[in-house]
Parts: sequence; C-alpha cells; structure tokens
Amino acid sequence: MDVDRSVAALSEVFSTLLFFAAAVALLEGFLYVVLARWLKWRLATPILLIAPAFVGLLALIAYPLLWELNVSFTNMNLSRLCDPGIPAGLLTECKGQNMFLGIENYINVFTRPVLQQAGFFQVFWQTVIWTVLNVAFHVGLGLGLALLLNRRIRLRGAYRALIVLPWAIPQIVSLAIWRTELNSEFGMVNQLLAVVGVEGPSWMTEPFWNFFAMVMVNVWLGVPFMMVILLGGLQSIPPDLYEAAEIDGANRRQTFRHITLPLIRPVMVPAVILGVVWTFNNFNVPFVINQLELETSDTLVTGLFRAAFQYNRYGFAAAYAFVVFAILLVFVIVYIRRSGALRSVNE
Amino acid sequence: MSSTTVPTVQPAAVASTNQDRWAGSGRGDSPVARAMIHAGLFLAALIAALPVLRVISVSLRPDNRLLSRDLNLVPEGATLASYGHVLFETDFPQWLFNSLLITVGTALIGLIFAATSAYGFSRFKFPGRGVGLTALLATQLIPATMLLVPILILAIQLDLVGTYRGLVIAYAVTSVPFSIWILKGYYDTVPIELEEAARIDGCSQLEAFWRVLLPLSTPALAIVFLFNFLAAWNEFVLARVLIGSQTDLFTWPLGILRFQAQFQTQWGDLAAASVLVSIPIVALFLYSSRWLISGVTLGGVKG
Repeated sequence: MDVDRSVAALSEVFSTLLFFAAAVALLEGFLYVVLARWLKWRLATPILLIAPAFVGLLALIAYPLLWELNVSFTNMNLSRLCDPGIPAGLLTECKGQNMFLGIENYINVFTRPVLQQAGFFQVFWQTVIWTVLNVAFHVGLGLGLALLLNRRIRLRGAYRALIVLPWAIPQIVSLAIWRTELNSEFGMVNQLLAVVGVEGPSWMTEPFWNFFAMVMVNVWLGVPFMMVILLGGLQSIPPDLYEAAEIDGANRRQTFRHITLPLIRPVMVPAVILGVVWTFNNFNVPFVINQLELETSDTLVTGLFRAAFQYNRYGFAAAYAFVVFAILLVFVIVYIRRSGALRSVNE
Repeated sequence: MSSTTVPTVQPAAVASTNQDRWAGSGRGDSPVARAMIHAGLFLAALIAALPVLRVISVSLRPDNRLLSRDLNLVPEGATLASYGHVLFETDFPQWLFNSLLITVGTALIGLIFAATSAYGFSRFKFPGRGVGLTALLATQLIPATMLLVPILILAIQLDLVGTYRGLVIAYAVTSVPFSIWILKGYYDTVPIELEEAARIDGCSQLEAFWRVLLPLSTPALAIVFLFNFLAAWNEFVLARVLIGSQTDLFTWPLGILRFQAQFQTQWGDLAAASVLVSIPIVALFLYSSRWLISGVTLGGVKG
C-alpha cells in the first residue's frame, strides 16, 4: 500500500465532503435570505429542506437525461464529439458539419443491427426470456424455500444463514468465482458433472450454454432475496387463520390457495416489480459471465453499453437508451395499475 | 423519551421474534414430512454454500497446484501463501482502502441529503409533492448504462475523470431517491404529535426534527446508511468508466476482475482476495439482514 497514494485519496475524498458542505451552506443561506427573510413565504421550510437533493438530482439525473435526449437526435460518435452544453437547445451542428438526424436514430434502433449483427428484436427477446426465466425461478424457488423455512424444524437458523450467502457475498466476487468455476477444463461445475459421468459443455463459447450459465448464476444470486422477503410475508400471517381453516376442514392445498397466497400478495407484488426491474436492468451478470461477448447472450442493457462504449455510436446509443427506458416504464405502469400496488403513494 | 412509543417498522420483523408465529400452521409435521423438509433445505444450503467453500479451498492451495482438478475441500499441502501474496505483493490493500474511503464518503453525504429531503416530503404539503415522489421512483427505472455517456462527458468537462470526486458525487446523488423513499416511509409512521409537543415546549420546527424525529429514526437511518454503503461498495460499471485504467486508483471490484483476466487467471490471488473482501461484508450482512429487509418492504409496501 503506497502511503502517498493513500494520503492523496484521503484528502481527495475529504475535500469532496468539504466541497459538498460549502455548496449546501451557500445554497441554503441564499434560499433562506430570499425565501424566509425577504418573501416570508409559507413554503420556505420545505423548499430549504429539499433544495440540496433537488439540485443534485437536477445536475446528475435530469441534466444528463436532457443531454441524452438531445444527442439522440444527432449522429454523434467518437469523431463527431460535441457537447450540447447546458442551455443549448437542439444540437444541430458540430465542427461545421450538420449532425441533426431527427428521429432517424429511433427508426434505426428497430431496423438496423444494434450490435454487430444482432438486431433490436433479437436482443429484446433475449432480454424478455432472461427476465421471465429469472423472476419465475426467483419467485418459485424463493416461495418454496420460504414455505419450508416457515415450518417448525430444527437448524432453521443455520439453513437460513447458509441459503442467504449468495445475497450477502459482494456480487462482483460471486461473479468472478462463477466465471472461474465455469471454466470448461478446471472449473468445479464441469468437474462435478464429470463425476456423474456427463461431459460438461464449454460454458463460455457455446451460445446456448452461455445463456444457460447466465440464468443459472443469476438464479443462484437472486433466490435468497426473494426467499427472505416472502418469508417475512409468511410470518406476518396470523396463525389463527390457519387454525380456523383447519377447523373448517380445509386441506393443505386449499389453505395455501385461499389463505397463504392472498395474504402474502402485498409483499409479493412489490417484490416482483423490483425483481423484474432489477433483472431487466442487470448489467453485471450478463456482462461478466458473457466473457467472449457473444451477441446471443447480450441483453438490452449490456447491448446499450456496447453500443456506447465499444462502438462509440453515441447518438444511436442515446435513442436506444430511451427505447429501453420506455419499455420498462410502460411495463411498470401497467403492472402497478393492474395489481393496485403502491395505491397509497400520494396519500 | 423511551423508544417504545415508536410504532414498529414492519410486522414481519416483529412476528419473527414471536416464537408462536414461526410455524405456518398449528399442526406439527409428521416425521416423513420433516425428513423431506430437511432434505430440501439441506440441498438448497449446499448449492448456496458450495461455490463459497470451493473458493476458500482454492485460496488455500499451494502455488504449484492452483490448476489441479482436486475437488477436496482442504487441499493437499494447504497454505496461506496466497493471502500473504495478495496482502503484501499486490495493490489489493490499496484498492480496499480506496473503496472504503469512497464508500464512507458517499454513504454519509447521501444520508444527510436524504434525511432532510424526506422530512420535507413527510411533514409538509406543497405543490408538486406527489409528482416529486413519483419522479423519484421513476429514476429507479433508468438503466444503469443509460446515463454513463453524459456523466462521463460532464466529468471530462469538470476535470473529474481519474479522481474520486466525480465518483463520490455520482454515487451520493444517485443513492438519494431510494433513500428518500425509505426514510419518508419511516417518518410517516412516527406520530406527528411528538414533534408538536416539542414545539409547544419551545422548539422550532427544525429543532423538533433534529431533537425528536431524527433520534427516533435511528433504525431507518442505519438501514439507509447500510444500503448506500453496500451499493457503493459493490458498484462496478461507473467506476470502470470514471476511474480509467490507472491501477492504483482502482476500487476493489475493478481490481478483483483484473486478477481474472481473460487468458490467465491468477486463481490464488483471486480466491484469497475474494475471501478477504467477503468476510466483513457477510458478517455485516448477516448481522443486519433483518433491518435491510424491512427497509426494502418499507419503501415499496407502505408508501
């Protein structure tokens, strides 16, 4: 560990904290004088409270979003790199060349290959299959394990602690481990398969098996979260209901169907929304497991990264990004409407 | 003021401390059913733990056996040499130190921003409040790679590439929306009467926030700190773009993937570093998992 480097790092982070403090003090002081002292406005206090976060989000989310929107109408790439700047308006010219394309990028997203060969719809279907398989296994296995863990048995705590491990371990570590263990020659997976007498596939080079490996790893990573959430839901169901059902002569299946399922719904619906959004947007797993950059294993989000950072087609990547964002937004709105989750948001 | 006046965060957290509610049904299971439950859970625990055991085993292998096909858990000639190598002959400790600094800085800033904003959203009515909350939720849908290009360009203009300033600012700000949701949800469950009582006793509004609400919200503040800490600690793609290729600036996720380059993997280093990075995080996680979970459901379910 290099002392100079560490001191430099320390002072850098510390100065950033000071910078934040100073910026917030300035902003708050200004707003306080103007809103509270001069205008004596009723809303001065909430504005003062929210202002720092608001300004931060404006600078780091709203501004980049607008920038991205602006760029999505141009043919910007590495050789035509122009910054639209803050007030800007539409970006039409760069280094004397016209670069405004209108909605051409948006049309190209659907009609031209988004990667080297794969088109949008191929990658879209890959993403849908990836998301559906993962969430189905997360919920199915998670619910199964939660039901098992909800019984009165010994070693419950030990099982729970072990099963939660994949969630607890830093994701990058798990992925590095899995990528190594999927090595066709020395990895554990193929060695174990060899013990049973099966010759394991080459996980990194064969498209089907690479996709299979991605899903397998992500299921391994995601089940514990769902299990723990659903277990929380199961434990909040009052036992009297089960006793009453038993007295009324309901069998286990009926009890599950009419008591357990409806009562864990309030926990399950938001968990499924989160699960879908997280899986759809998952970058690390498809990026790390797909080491050889097979286009058959790309999802929309890794495709987006490649379009922007490997092929440097910024204008195109921006349009593509908005399409992906829109898909997710539509899904979530429909799902929330349908399931009635988050009904209380604005109350 | 005793903390028992605060309503509970989440029913599940309470229920799990209540022994009688543990079992899903009043009936005991038959011995056969019990054996099957154990079998199922044992299998799941094995699958969950196997890669972990395996990486510990690889980290103990002596140099000349790194690429063996040995499946024994304790390898022949087990040694701690890989740990020594990772700790004293690579940049790994530097990467850990860098990550720790960035993460603590980020979590602190994010917490302060979120704590005050959430108070604004929880206790005041103002135009745009509902829209604001929904917009905060919508930011969670933005694909991780969507804003990388504009943020990179912004960072280039402000000369923040290859420094930690940009990274700390970006992490702190992007953690704010989720944090506001969790904290707002928690503040909402604290009776406003407590603050009103404090105001009658002569506190200003902000004093009531600082002296009454904040101390009562320590569990939620801890959750948010932990969430932001873990998110920044594990973040990879933004760091990759903003830090560039100077290895002594790396955070540990960048470093650890470097051990596992495409053609030659340093298995010993990778395994030992993985174990070292994971131990504190797993401990922290197991210790706090109950609160982490209540945090997730709090943000989503209670609104």
